[in-house]
Amino acid sequence: MGKPSLQMGVDIGGTFTDVVIEVGPKQFSSKVLTTYSAPEDAIIQGMQEVCDQAGIAISDITQIIHGTTLATNALIERRGARTALITTQGFRDVIEMRTESRFEQYDLNLILPEPLLPRQHRYVVRERISAAGEVLIALDRDDVERLIDEICVAGFDSIAVGLIHSYLNGAHEQMVREVIGARMPAAMVSLSCEVSPQMREYERFNTVVANAYIKPLMKSYLGRLEGRLAQAGAKCPIFLMHSGGGIISLESAAEFPVRLVESGPAGGAVFAAHIAARYGLDKVLSFDMGGTTAKICLIKNQSPRTSRVFEVARAYRFRKGSGMPISIPVIDMVEIGAGGGSLAHVDTMRQIRVGPQSAGSEPGPACYGRGGQRPAVTDADLVLGKLDADNFAGGTIRLDAGCAVAALENALGDKLAMNAQEAAFGLAEVVDENMANAARVHAVENGEDLGEYTMIAFGGAAPLHAARLCEKLGVGRFLVPPGAGVGSAIGFLRAPFSFEANRSIYMRLSDFDAGAARHLMTELQGEATRFVRSCDAQADIVAHFKVYMRYTGQGWEIPVTLSEEQAKAPDAAIFHQLFETDYRALFGRVVSGMDVEITVWAVNATTLVPPVDRIALARPGVDVTSDQSRPVFDAALGQVVVSGISKRRALNTGNTVRGPAVITEDETTIILPTSCRAICQSDGCIDVQITKARP
Amino acid sequence: MTPSTVAYQVMWNRLISVVEEQAQALVRTAFSTSVREAGDLSAGVYDVAGRMLAQAVTGTPGHVNAMADAVPHFIRRIGRDNIRAGDVYITNDPWEGTGHLHDITVVTPSFHAGSLVGFFACTAHIVDIGGRGFGADAASVYEEGLYIPIMKLVDQGRVDDTLIRIIRGNVREPDQLVGDIHALATCNEIGHRRLVDMMGEFKLSNLAGIADFILENSRRATLECIAALPRAKASGEMTIDGYDRPVTLKVQLDIQADRILCGFNGTSPPDKKGINVPMVYTKAYACYALKCAIAPDIPNNAASLAPFVITAPENTIVNALHPAPVALRHVIGHMIPDTVFAALDKILPNTVPAEGAGCLCNFQVSLRPRHDQAAPKEAIRAEVLTFNSGGSGARPTLDGMNATAFPSGVMTMPIEATEHTGPVIIWRKELRRDSGGGGKYRGGLGQYMEVGAQDGYEFDFQAMFDRVDHPARGRDGGHNGAPTRIARSDGTAMKGKGKQFVPHGQRVMLAFPGGAGYGDPATRARGDVRRDLALGYISANAAMAVYGLTADEVAEVQNAVKQGEVV
Repeated sequence: MGKPSLQMGVDIGGTFTDVVIEVGPKQFSSKVLTTYSAPEDAIIQGMQEVCDQAGIAISDITQIIHGTTLATNALIERRGARTALITTQGFRDVIEMRTESRFEQYDLNLILPEPLLPRQHRYVVRERISAAGEVLIALDRDDVERLIDEICVAGFDSIAVGLIHSYLNGAHEQMVREVIGARMPAAMVSLSCEVSPQMREYERFNTVVANAYIKPLMKSYLGRLEGRLAQAGAKCPIFLMHSGGGIISLESAAEFPVRLVESGPAGGAVFAAHIAARYGLDKVLSFDMGGTTAKICLIKNQSPRTSRVFEVARAYRFRKGSGMPISIPVIDMVEIGAGGGSLAHVDTMRQIRVGPQSAGSEPGPACYGRGGQRPAVTDADLVLGKLDADNFAGGTIRLDAGCAVAALENALGDKLAMNAQEAAFGLAEVVDENMANAARVHAVENGEDLGEYTMIAFGGAAPLHAARLCEKLGVGRFLVPPGAGVGSAIGFLRAPFSFEANRSIYMRLSDFDAGAARHLMTELQGEATRFVRSCDAQADIVAHFKVYMRYTGQGWEIPVTLSEEQAKAPDAAIFHQLFETDYRALFGRVVSGMDVEITVWAVNATTLVPPVDRIALARPGVDVTSDQSRPVFDAALGQVVVSGISKRRALNTGNTVRGPAVITEDETTIILPTSCRAICQSDGCIDVQITKARP
Repeated sequence: MTPSTVAYQVMWNRLISVVEEQAQALVRTAFSTSVREAGDLSAGVYDVAGRMLAQAVTGTPGHVNAMADAVPHFIRRIGRDNIRAGDVYITNDPWEGTGHLHDITVVTPSFHAGSLVGFFACTAHIVDIGGRGFGADAASVYEEGLYIPIMKLVDQGRVDDTLIRIIRGNVREPDQLVGDIHALATCNEIGHRRLVDMMGEFKLSNLAGIADFILENSRRATLECIAALPRAKASGEMTIDGYDRPVTLKVQLDIQADRILCGFNGTSPPDKKGINVPMVYTKAYACYALKCAIAPDIPNNAASLAPFVITAPENTIVNALHPAPVALRHVIGHMIPDTVFAALDKILPNTVPAEGAGCLCNFQVSLRPRHDQAAPKEAIRAEVLTFNSGGSGARPTLDGMNATAFPSGVMTMPIEATEHTGPVIIWRKELRRDSGGGGKYRGGLGQYMEVGAQDGYEFDFQAMFDRVDHPARGRDGGHNGAPTRIARSDGTAMKGKGKQFVPHGQRVMLAFPGGAGYGDPATRARGDVRRDLALGYISANAAMAVYGLTADEVAEVQNAVKQGEVV
């Protein structure tokens, strides 16, 4: 490898398309508006800008890594292909009947989300596999041929196949694919036993339907992108970020596009994990707050936690259960409707409520002066002095404090007998508390105590709220890395090639079959490794082994990590011990005398990322004094304090800024309340200690 | 408003999040499918006087008022002087808990800096408590299983081993039940830890200030909602199947300036079998119905529930006294909201839905090796409980919801998970065409299920269904929903309630009821009728007979479906 490697990261978000390139230690980035009709246009534009900045040619780039919200948006906006589902007779309505429950108990006019496919596009075949994976009713090929001919007349571009218990035995699904291949060769096919081989039919069927639904769109987009990049002179391979925090080949992405859902936020988590490694932090809370939502993720031992299922497109106030479950390997994070644009109102209990409705970019918060009437988080931040009206987004948008005050008074102040500043304080406290609650619940679900964590804050709005969030959570330190505004795209450059293969197979420890377990792990490792090998022919590949376990009779499994040795020489007693250790950490006590079972087996194959150089922490140096200041409301003190203003780019390694203060830059503003002291580290991170935790 | 009011707002949000964490911990650690898959549980936090301050949204309405009432019973029975740090209390008393022996309630006092500051309580529906097993067939509560009076499960950190041994010796799945009791205690402990964190953070030594803030705001908001209603009286009634004779529920509403009186005079006497309802459970569902219609956004607590005054004469089926059998109190209890709505509709037109399926369509299957021939050698016994739903009633401006629980808040179990719990096979679980009552707005569809066993097994089928003879009634010219049907696959008739034997090779064929329609079907938008036909929600016959589509229109829709068009 003579030529230096030049990697480019590209993140298509809801508003902006971010492009980042690294040339040696230097980073160049651009932000251009996303071009919805042809998303590749914005990429080409951004790429050109970045290359110009860096003084390189497009043909010099050695690798492009891409993440996108296009798959997520296609699901949310229902812009997928003409798709049919073929399922087991008797189960036509699984994706429509959901869990048969209401996600909001007190709303008599509740509207349930529509399934992705209407009922007449769901077809059935006579067949049945048992819970042991045995054939109860064999699938008759003639039946399938007749059905495919019927489907052919109706003209579908994409077909999902989801049969009962196919995660144990995929033979029937494969036969359906053969027949489709023979009689409808142009149709794309997705099998549930390949897309998501996991127990629980609602989640599995929904996942295979989602995959089929977005496959033609994503395949065509990725094909066009490849062509346009080649045309523009790019000579390098293109890879895709997936929801699990790794990268996969363009071909795998086109086959399993559902794995691209939430790839942007996954990049953000990888970004935070990299910073964690640089600082040698084993317990990190990643806090990514943008215009519409906040994403919170726990990063232990420098790798983000992963999960097997999440919900996309929540239709009802982000309420759990109002979206669709997608069961794929995914970075485990909570996303709540709390961003700079989140709107506030007063409810019947005279309580201030914030989000999840957002002002978006049009009309935007009231202070944008574009006709927005309702107060948003940004309005409160402005009135509290956290933002400078003349220097927002590098001065591109001039904020109107008068509009913000009017909106706060009209919507909140008049109803609660508060002035604009009190209303702004109330609004900011509520949104900060919402985020703090989400973080707390997430920590408890994972058996963690946030008091031992360090926060890494990025995204445009996070540095404004990070300090208060830390005060509320009892977190004693937060870092604001440079490039926080394009964190996800930077994260893409840090991600390894990886693929997780998993299988739902039940095994009780009292009836443990070590041979079968060893065989299964070896098979999964082979499958996952093949995927990764197809991306990189040389790199060293390592495998991470995990089993999901529970007491027999419970419904929730907990992930238990195995060493390679434990996975290759499986032993029931060791598995039992590992399970109880993790169970105790989560729930405080174990239940003696109960049998334990394994429900899911998973192997994640990943290339090794180059070791991260640990940073030498700067000692507190010169205190920076500022000749400029402005009043900023300090929530913990409940009063306005005069805060010095420092420019981030003027800070040198070791410079110390004591709160109350604000540190400004083009993309965002870091707020340091009285409790804080910040040091500028040698990599440009602003490293903040909260000296007096909690109000 | 001062910053301290903002702090109280933050604390209120925090308490709601604390009880939510408490409930989630229970879901994740419980063993009974009814808790972990279906969410039949509840969790709440109380002040020292036993007044409920917050209740988890996760859970089901049957526990709402019951939970609010339970903690004062614990305080009274245990005795204030006897409440110590490290204590955990327990009961499954149907009258002082949540309505049947299958609900275990655990209460934990919360101590901070040496003094009692409040209580945490949680309730869960467990699959077995001994006795005859979960079903309608008992003649008294004594046959329905083990009774645990309000008592200490843990005394200052010491678990009562005698109690645990008695429990173990009296139930079919002792490990599962003891595991669930552990889960309940753990869930209160998690709530307690979070509360202490919060009190430290806000430097509180007691909950008096925040309790007053929550209760005062809730009381005022609830009274505002009630004051906005017309002062009026109205009555409603509904007749349903009962066990072997029909049951009539009668309700009288009286909306006053600062309260709503809801009485059940004239309601049928208790039944001989286990479908009777203790007063706590009647209160829960009557209150739930009123809150949905009148004050849906106000969180549940002592003050927001207080203005709803629910009464019923003793010795009616909705105020059954000890020792009446009460195991399936949900079958009648789930019908209470529709009865309340019948009266409320006369006072607040265009607000409440038409009648729906009402009670959950639950059944339990007891599988065993066939007795008439040699069974497989490794054959086992297994108890499998499932929760399922019919259709909900049409709303004044919306169709009913298909196969969705109302008023219950529980979930169904995935059939792939159910089939892993025993040798049962669910052959069918899908929507039931033509079961939603016709109307301007159509009732929600019920569902079909077919239940069998693996080769070599036979089973007892414990039915818990209603609406076989009394389907959901339409409102304002809307048609009735389809009734429940149950039979064996060989055509043998089966009853809607009670334990029935199903021999080897036979299946139980079930059709669960649909919700009723709202308004005259002739006025339904034609586009909606065509869409229903295309989706297969209604048959061609119904499209013509109920909604007046012409044969040509029907053919047009059917043709469009063949071409794959969305109608």
